[in-house]
Amino acid sequence: MEKHLFNYLLRLADSSLIIGHRLSEWCGHGPVLEEDIALTNISLDFVGRANSLYEYAGKIEEKGRTEDDLAYLRNEREFFNNLLAEQPNGDYAQTILRQYLTDAFEIHFYEALTKSKDETIAGIAAKSLKEIQYHLRHSSSWMLRLGDGTEESNRRLQNALNEIYRFTGSLFETDDNDSALTAAGIVPDLSVIQQLWQKDVDTMLEKAMLKKPENVWMQKGNLQGRHTEHLGYILAEMQSVHRAYPGVKW
Amino acid sequence: METIKLQENFDAKIDRGDMIEPKDWMPDDYRKTLIRQISQHAHSEIVGMLPEGNWITRAPSLRRKMVLLAKVQDEGGHGLYLYSAAETMGISRDEMIEQLHNGKAKYSSIFNYPTLTWADIGAIGWLVDGAAIMNQVMLQKTSYGPYSRAMVRICKEESFHQRQGYEIMSVLAAGTPEQKEMAQDALNRFWWPSLMMFGPPDASSPNTAQSMRWKIKRETNDELRQKFVDRTVPQAEFIGLKVPDKDLKWNEAKQSYDWGTPDWEEFNNVIKGNGPCNKERLAARVKAHEDGAWVREAAAAYAAKQQQKVAA
Repeated sequence: MEKHLFNYLLRLADSSLIIGHRLSEWCGHGPVLEEDIALTNISLDFVGRANSLYEYAGKIEEKGRTEDDLAYLRNEREFFNNLLAEQPNGDYAQTILRQYLTDAFEIHFYEALTKSKDETIAGIAAKSLKEIQYHLRHSSSWMLRLGDGTEESNRRLQNALNEIYRFTGSLFETDDNDSALTAAGIVPDLSVIQQLWQKDVDTMLEKAMLKKPENVWMQKGNLQGRHTEHLGYILAEMQSVHRAYPGVKW
Repeated sequence: METIKLQENFDAKIDRGDMIEPKDWMPDDYRKTLIRQISQHAHSEIVGMLPEGNWITRAPSLRRKMVLLAKVQDEGGHGLYLYSAAETMGISRDEMIEQLHNGKAKYSSIFNYPTLTWADIGAIGWLVDGAAIMNQVMLQKTSYGPYSRAMVRICKEESFHQRQGYEIMSVLAAGTPEQKEMAQDALNRFWWPSLMMFGPPDASSPNTAQSMRWKIKRETNDELRQKFVDRTVPQAEFIGLKVPDKDLKWNEAKQSYDWGTPDWEEFNNVIKGNGPCNKERLAARVKAHEDGAWVREAAAAYAAKQQQKVAA
């Protein structure tokens, strides 16, 4: 069970770290100062959550790996984040859409996780849930502004949706690793979360005057560490200083 | 009331040490000086996000990454308070941003230097925020109310920034030889530009005398600069780094340091736009603003539609 839990924690931590990294790329370049501040703040929430999850994963693993070892010393094929998280920021519409699709998933997922039989996980989830409520308010309000703003903003948001909707399936990917954890009441059943997510997303797309892409083939593979080509560059950048000076304190 | 009488009232308030508030009468030049200074201060916070933001994605530990994110977020917040303080004087944020982008308004020249290594993040926190604090602590007592109150809030956060910078430097200085060298190199590059942050020497500072008279400034550039040197040199010694000034010497009689002369020609050149990153910094701000135009338009259009719905 520890091995399963370790794997699961890595998936959650990696997804948080990678989308946190993407959001931090906006810092200083946002469309308006208030958004610069908001995205940096949200990025900080994700990195903080990743930190807590890695810390716990290291403890479960019992090999003495720290949160930094797990974040900085694994390669592309050893990362298990969902594929949506690593997609480029694109224009502000793509960033907002990626964020909304993520937040709409996390609000249900982390809410369920607060009821985990594992107290540490439930604790992390409870803290995260408060943050996610704010993230979702932020991204939802921008979905409406962009969707029902100008012709251009609607077109950009629609383009983003057509472009990255195919990565949302990876939010719900599951394998044998999870079934034992779900049976033990440690993690939620993702198929239930998916239904809740789909309902919310469909409602939002309608409100934001967007057309849901049809017959989309969902890209998967992250549970086996198969990613889009973007992840390699994220890690190359993120890990560069840490790896250039092995074993030192920062 | 006649202008002369208004002027007398204003002068009396300044002499008594009262705050000037947005609705009070004030001389045009007082208003202009403050708009220039506060907007320059706000722009510095925003442009200052760029050299530090440059290292967020590469921060060498998760803890450092989180602290840096929090710090840069604070800088953005300071920019917001300061733009709001300037707006109380009758200029809009859009106008101020326009002045930044067309080169009419300045920002602190220190941000025209590049951040080349992780240690530069330490040096910026320790030296640049350290120098900024000297100035900002003084400005808590500045004569214009909204500016003074913004400074009180800002100072609380800046002292955390300075401490985190110094902590980065102390860890590096106590680390491997390569880390210590990285820290020393950052100190070497940021020391003189930090001293120049206090502005030109008093003898050649065109605005100092009037600003002192109006109690916008409470200490001169040279006084603040000396304070900074006296405070920072022992901090460098404590962590085993060497301040790059061959003339630096403790003066027992005056109980402070004697030190060398900054390269004012370099200073003037960076102000004129010839610093290593002037073009890049401004280009990044302009690009963010232009790329964001459609986003701001969408937000405005949406807000207008919502208002119409409420009215209907």
